[in-house]
Amino acid sequence: MFKIVKQLTSLVAVFAVLFAFTTETMAAKKSKTLKNTQKKGFVRCGVSQGLPGFSNADAAGNWTGVDVDVCRAVAAAVLGDASKVKFTPLSAKERFTALTSGEIDVLSRNTTWTLSRDADIGLTFVGVNFYDGQGFMVRKNSGINSVNDFKDGISACTNIGTTTELNMRDFFNSKGISYEPVAFEKADEVVAAYDAGRCDTYTTDKSGLAAQRTKMSNPDDHMVLPETISKEPLGPVVRQGDAVWEDIVRWSLNTMIEAEEYGITSANADMMKTSDNPAIKRLVGAEGELGAAFGLDNEWSLRIIKQVGNYGESYERNIAAPGILPDRGPNQLWTKGGILYVPPAR
Amino acid sequence: MKFNIKKIAPQLLTLLFVILVFGFFSYNAQLNMENRGIDFGYGFLSQESSFDVQFSLIEYDGSHSYFRAYLVGLLNTILVSVIGIILATIIGVIVGIARLSSNYLIKNTAAFYVEFFRNIPLLLQIFFWYFAALRALPLPQDTESIMGVFYLTIKGLFIPAFIWENFNIFLYSIIAAVVSIVVIKNYARRKQENEGKQIPVFLISIGLLLILPLLSFLIGGVSLSFEIPVLKKLAKTSYIYEGGVGIPPELIALTLALSLYTATFIAECVRAGIQGVGKGQKEAAASIGLNPNQILKLVVMPQALRIIIPPTTNQYLNLTKNSSLAAAIAYPDLVLVFAGTALMQTGKAIEIVSITMLTYLSLSLSISVLMNWYNKKIAIKEK
Repeated sequence: MFKIVKQLTSLVAVFAVLFAFTTETMAAKKSKTLKNTQKKGFVRCGVSQGLPGFSNADAAGNWTGVDVDVCRAVAAAVLGDASKVKFTPLSAKERFTALTSGEIDVLSRNTTWTLSRDADIGLTFVGVNFYDGQGFMVRKNSGINSVNDFKDGISACTNIGTTTELNMRDFFNSKGISYEPVAFEKADEVVAAYDAGRCDTYTTDKSGLAAQRTKMSNPDDHMVLPETISKEPLGPVVRQGDAVWEDIVRWSLNTMIEAEEYGITSANADMMKTSDNPAIKRLVGAEGELGAAFGLDNEWSLRIIKQVGNYGESYERNIAAPGILPDRGPNQLWTKGGILYVPPAR
Repeated sequence: MKFNIKKIAPQLLTLLFVILVFGFFSYNAQLNMENRGIDFGYGFLSQESSFDVQFSLIEYDGSHSYFRAYLVGLLNTILVSVIGIILATIIGVIVGIARLSSNYLIKNTAAFYVEFFRNIPLLLQIFFWYFAALRALPLPQDTESIMGVFYLTIKGLFIPAFIWENFNIFLYSIIAAVVSIVVIKNYARRKQENEGKQIPVFLISIGLLLILPLLSFLIGGVSLSFEIPVLKKLAKTSYIYEGGVGIPPELIALTLALSLYTATFIAECVRAGIQGVGKGQKEAAASIGLNPNQILKLVVMPQALRIIIPPTTNQYLNLTKNSSLAAAIAYPDLVLVFAGTALMQTGKAIEIVSITMLTYLSLSLSISVLMNWYNKKIAIKEK
């Protein structure tokens, strides 16, 4: 009798251990990053050191911008509260190391999606939240009205560690113009040096030029040339190797864009639950089980729309209203002549 | 030798501990990099860099390799360090001696300079010299020339370029002059030791250094002409100087900041060195009839140098390492070009940072070796 009890207990113990292992693997399957994020209670997000419209902190330390909103959307989806984000300001140089070393879990820092970055260094780009291109800023009184007015010996201020340096070389080489690259580590020094007259032109992404122009001592003295010399699709990045987390960030961004497409805003999201359109109902969590695939509840997308808003609201609030780039250009929905087009949420 | 376990055990334990710690970190790094799909390797060094650098001592553009970009950065670091060390030494020695002057004004000006510059963080000084200079300097088109050939503008200092013909003959004449000076110096020393007669070596040296190169011009077929910078219009309000040599304002600001900062410490080393020579030495020298110049040259300085050199070596090392702050003001040094742009373009953080660290280590050790050799040379030789 005693023997049987002993055997039974050991059997139970073995099963308990096995069960514990299986539940553990199920949870681990869910995503290590997701689990850690939920345990910590905040999303760790890498942003810029201050780029108005994209990621910029005010005097009280509140971050705003379209890049910031991507992180807030992720927080709303996985934690239920868009304010539960810990922002880490990073220089262009530090950003990838911070992500691959695990210091942050989402990098949303006006980062250009390129082949080598995607394939080489342990990163995965999840989408595009701003279609940009490199341009040039010059002084209005310089008489330069187009890049065709550039002459040999021109000096160009820019940042190090960006695609800008490479594009600039390609551009000037193709035009056969010799130039003096003056590359600084931080954007503030680039602006200060260009503003002082060190360089004839300042080159970076056009959105960046528009934003930095507001920091010049006399913004009206400067203008951005019409030409765009490169493709700069900017988007959020995650570490390679966590497919579930990658999906969560990708679809948090897609949700914002699709919500705009269907006219769902932070104000009307709740009412949309009774819409006749199944696509809208799926997006606000009234139909289907879309959250289950990520290990999230069904209202994850509703929370994003309610707490952060759709892409159009985010753009209007952060970029258009402050007068940085009132014209959305390519960053308009595909239905309205832009190139914002995301796969359907179904 | 007797084997003593009590003596060896702590050493072995320490060694084991160090190996374990290093092993743990490198194993972890390897594992993490594998998990994240990051390759480790130095193969990227031979790839095309595809970025340009503002200013380089060797021929370079984006079609060269990352290794070439590394050399560009390294040479720029060495350039600013060497100029900085020379300037800091000159300023440091002058200020150090001035601090011991009996003239109230000179003494206190020197003291003020030392206290002011060594107590402000270097990065701030670099920013100050760079942005203050940028704001203060005129645009190229508004610049008044200095002596008709130099132009100091916001885009840099433009100086005439030398255009040599038969430069090698000129070089030989200089080498010949230096060799003959060494020979004469040795001869003079022997003559003084044996016969007690002095030869005016200094005057002869200057004469040789002037006459031999002059002869190379007159009969060696050497000729020198200058290419003076000329203003060129780029656009309605933007100009640049062409021809001649352009020294970027980043280099000027960095050299100025580094040498003014480091000179304060060297000045203190020099003052300490001179004050460290016993008063009795000077009095004894005076009592055997040496004049003040001879006292300084033959008695005080040889002894003071032995006190001055070791701490000054430290300052040279500091200056070299501090030159890495160049990245803040766009001077393309090793940190900006290699540990900055190249790191970003390749993403090879561990490889590039390790190479950069090893490079600074080698630079520092080379300076140390050189200074230790010099220190040994001037040390007291007991007979």
